Amino acid sequence: MPTIVVEVMPKAELLDPQGKAVAGALGRLGKTRFTSVRLGKRLELTVDGHVDDAVLAEVQELADTVLSNSVIEDVVGIHVLEAPAGETH
Amino acid sequence: MRIGVVTFPGSLDDRDAARAIRLAGAEPVALWHGEHDLHGVDALVLPGGFSYGDYLRCGAIASLSPIMAEVIDAANSGMPVLGICNGFQMLAEAHLLEGGLIRNDHGLFICRDQGLRVANALTDWTGGFAAGQEITIPLKNGEGGFIASADTLERLEGEDRVVVRYVGMNPNGSLNDIAGITHARGNVVGLMPHPEHAVEPGFGPDTDDAMRSGTDGITFFTSVIERMLVSA
Repeated sequence: MPTIVVEVMPKAELLDPQGKAVAGALGRLGKTRFTSVRLGKRLELTVDGHVDDAVLAEVQELADTVLSNSVIEDVVGIHVLEAPAGETH
Repeated sequence: MRIGVVTFPGSLDDRDAARAIRLAGAEPVALWHGEHDLHGVDALVLPGGFSYGDYLRCGAIASLSPIMAEVIDAANSGMPVLGICNGFQMLAEAHLLEGGLIRNDHGLFICRDQGLRVANALTDWTGGFAAGQEITIPLKNGEGGFIASADTLERLEGEDRVVVRYVGMNPNGSLNDIAGITHARGNVVGLMPHPEHAVEPGFGPDTDDAMRSGTDGITFFTSVIERMLVSA
């Protein structure tokens, strides 16, 4: 069954304490070339049936209203996951 | 006078809220998130806790609960609704209150007796305070940073919709030291600190008079009872 991936990130202008904590850990490991880390979410929605424009529109709406909160987050990507090699449709 | 307290999976402070309501002089009514029934209550409290384990976003999944349809209708019809901590997060997720709550700027969970200044003593839940009054009630959260767009913030300030502000220190990076806000009608209030934990001598914050004697939180509950008696 096809999978639709929705990616959500904290708004760029907001402080991201989780990303900052990860960046701090990288710094302590001596990984100084990475100057910042931002941490977001990836959601995978498995679809019963074919993915068509209507399904993608429905996912877009869900992404904007339920899967993210536009006050604090941005939906940065919605795409259909390619089926793993060997899987039949 | 009957005040409902909605229990969600992961609510923690529903019983403390019910106890505060009883101490204030009203009858608490336990409500369940999965129902579509407010059991004829006169006011509502959405209690603190970690509904649905804070999955997705704090309060997000709870804000989609069956009972929230009735809560939103009641709030829009003028019923007093108080969201405490996770309840505030639910009200924000349900778009009954503007802005959002994000992880504390220092990244840590914080638990302390927090000084607040009452900025708006006209809401249904703060009518018993004097404007500018300073109070102390417990604060305990990991995601209590209040944020809003510059436009929203300006509107909230301009319309006197900030209900309480942090004083002494800003514990979580909230913009404009905002600890709680109301919506336009003043019946819906959300705040991160916990008034229900400062309602009984011996169990509240320390005061200059005696240890654990702070009961500043009870006024949120007596305020709504008085307000409803006046309008009854």
